[in-house]
Amino acid sequence: MYQGIIMSGFGGQGVVSGGILLAYAGMMDGRNVTFFPAYGAEMRGGTANCSVVVSTDPVASPVVGSPDTLLIMNEPSLARFENSLKSGGLLILNTTLVSSRPARKDIKVIEIAGSEIAERIGNVKAANMVMLGAYAKLTEAVRLGTLKESIKKVYARANDKMVELNKKAIDEGGLAA
Amino acid sequence: MKIVFEQTKGLTDIPMRYCPGCGHGVVHRLVAECYEELGVQENTIGVAPVGCSVFADEYLNIDMIQGAHGRGPAIATGIKRNLPDKLAFSYQGDGDLASIGAAETLHAAARSENITIIFINNAIYGMTGGQMAPTTLLGMRSTTSPAGRTVAANGYPIRVCELLAALDGPVYLERTTVDKPAGVVKTRKAIKRAFQYQLEGRGFTLVEILSQCPTDWGMTPLQSLERVRNEMTPYFPLGIYKEPEDDKKARPKKDAVKKES
Amino acid sequence: MSERILMKGNEALAEGAVRAGCRFFAGYPITPQNEIPEYMSWRLPETGGTFLQAESEVSAINMLFGAAAVGRRVMTSSSSPGISLKQEGISYCASAELPIFYANIVRGGPGLGNIAPSQGDYFQSTRGGGHGDYRVFVMAPKSVDEMANFPRICYDIAFKYRIPAMVLADGILGQMMEPVTFDFDPVEADSLSIPDWALRGSKPEERRVVKSFDLRPGKMEEWNYRLEKKYDEIKAEEVRYEAINTDGADLILTGYGTSARICETAMAQGRKEGLKIGYIRPITLWPFPTRIFRDLAGKIGKFLVVEMSLGQYVEDVQLSINGRSEIYLHKRPAGGIPTGEEVLEVAKKVLSGDKSKFYV
Repeated sequence: MYQGIIMSGFGGQGVVSGGILLAYAGMMDGRNVTFFPAYGAEMRGGTANCSVVVSTDPVASPVVGSPDTLLIMNEPSLARFENSLKSGGLLILNTTLVSSRPARKDIKVIEIAGSEIAERIGNVKAANMVMLGAYAKLTEAVRLGTLKESIKKVYARANDKMVELNKKAIDEGGLAA
Repeated sequence: MKIVFEQTKGLTDIPMRYCPGCGHGVVHRLVAECYEELGVQENTIGVAPVGCSVFADEYLNIDMIQGAHGRGPAIATGIKRNLPDKLAFSYQGDGDLASIGAAETLHAAARSENITIIFINNAIYGMTGGQMAPTTLLGMRSTTSPAGRTVAANGYPIRVCELLAALDGPVYLERTTVDKPAGVVKTRKAIKRAFQYQLEGRGFTLVEILSQCPTDWGMTPLQSLERVRNEMTPYFPLGIYKEPEDDKKARPKKDAVKKES
Repeated sequence: MSERILMKGNEALAEGAVRAGCRFFAGYPITPQNEIPEYMSWRLPETGGTFLQAESEVSAINMLFGAAAVGRRVMTSSSSPGISLKQEGISYCASAELPIFYANIVRGGPGLGNIAPSQGDYFQSTRGGGHGDYRVFVMAPKSVDEMANFPRICYDIAFKYRIPAMVLADGILGQMMEPVTFDFDPVEADSLSIPDWALRGSKPEERRVVKSFDLRPGKMEEWNYRLEKKYDEIKAEEVRYEAINTDGADLILTGYGTSARICETAMAQGRKEGLKIGYIRPITLWPFPTRIFRDLAGKIGKFLVVEMSLGQYVEDVQLSINGRSEIYLHKRPAGGIPTGEEVLEVAKKVLSGDKSKFYV
């Protein structure tokens, strides 16, 4: 099993922290994992994005050129990454903030109203968790339960309320998928 | 028999190889006398520069380190931050301190690094053979300003004490000379005061000593002393540029900076 | 020993240095290594150590020169242009025999280049870098786990031989996160003995001098022979490398750092497809594992070198093989990052006898 994932959105949508959670959960599930952020000049303005690899074999490069999965949180990210997705790859789209739809027909598209769901359960900032919940449900890369268990480890400063909200968001994402 | 004068144990027995009439030997002795008198010779670490006094480690009878050109303040910082109870000083010339090492000087002063700098300003690069220094006076000839330093070509000499006095960091800044016995006595007092402040943990101290370089100035030792008095001190006024407030009140007024006429 | 944690390469390196006894860090901001000084700025004070943001790269290395001279375990880090600026100071440390540890998280060059991962500083790292005849112990980690554990080895070597030691990594290894296990117990810095050469202030008859020069006729030549003796000992004792599936291989893939892990993946995939591919990866770039290459030269027909630079690492392979096997080079400079599939494709071309593009 090898999954190269790119998660992309606006700064502040929790793209980087979401990617770290995904990598951490993968590690807890006994996978080889890497997390690689877009760094430096790239991270100012435009989209924030990161690459995560979850694999049963050792990971060669943490750079994901042709992802197996795209988690797209905003409009500019779709335009930027759509063409890089592997043929037959999975695209999870946050339809609350993305109004256009991919032109490609050789990919699997899952539409999730991520931000809307997050807002409904208490905080729009948990949209990243909704996306990850959907991802965990749709692939074998990481278990949904491990994602939830990892929250406390990755976000050491989160209070109980925030932890519960994030867990709920992951569950909601799983259901929506 | 009554002993009236003894050589300081702060110096080694190695005969100095500085040119006849050079100021380095005198200042070496003063530095050595000061750490000896303060009883901290065995707790002092000196930094030697690049330049004529690159050999200071042979003469100063203490733990010494010789470092890269201009980096004395950074090296002394590395020492002092790790051994805060030791006396750490950097001995530097004008090219070392005010040209290639200007940034290190400025920032050690701004951090109020608790070190002392002994700054020998003789307005020339000595060891390399008499090139123009950042403190070479206007009109003064050097091997790289053979017709004399001009504003058009080289700009103005840097007044280090005045420059550093503009910062909040320095605790004590004084400019002296070693052109006559009174100046030597005053220089000794200044170095001792700087060391004392450091031992009290007060912060950055620097003593600038106007010195003579008969060899590279192409003068006799006596002529060179005249130049210090007649040409250097008008541009580089002697006196205290910064000192702790409490000590300022206790000091006689005559030591105040004489303004350039 | 410790648990498996997810860490960023730069932070793992910093934490590894602290656990290995580092108590003084001076540095200057430059991407992609900023997490190292940032981490040190809060971590070192926790241990009673000192962090200093220097006014320049030059000042930082000279602060290390002073701090190393009093026997402390010291560190600085930077990225390519900043390491260039530090070279004079590193040369002084080498000559004055001061143990220092530093890391270069390489970015694309030359000039200001870019901030992308690169391996363009191989020559600078392994050929001395600064002026004069000297060597630096160079380790090339390939994972965040090695970023965490190599500082301890570097300090051991640096103090044993009184030599500068460095970690040569790149923006990928600095920025990526991976699981890490620290494989050593933290060193109690205060319990380390003070080396007898360290400046501490002393009685006149016991005084110590740290310097990097001797102007007396013939003396600097002797000085250099003394350093050379030490370098020869390191070459004999401290070489580290990894060699996998070299027996009976038709082709050896070789690279260091990030390139090594890509070669490893290409080898694994190739072997699944029935290709006889082996792999060698130097862990120390200096001293270079010349012998393993020399032993295989002539026995194995082809070597494919992979590097994220325009043919620097390949020169050491060429010197070791000395014309007895064919050498091929796949190169990607200044931000070009090869993939496993890409390397395997080149390997297949090479195995098919195609000499048109990659033969050097």
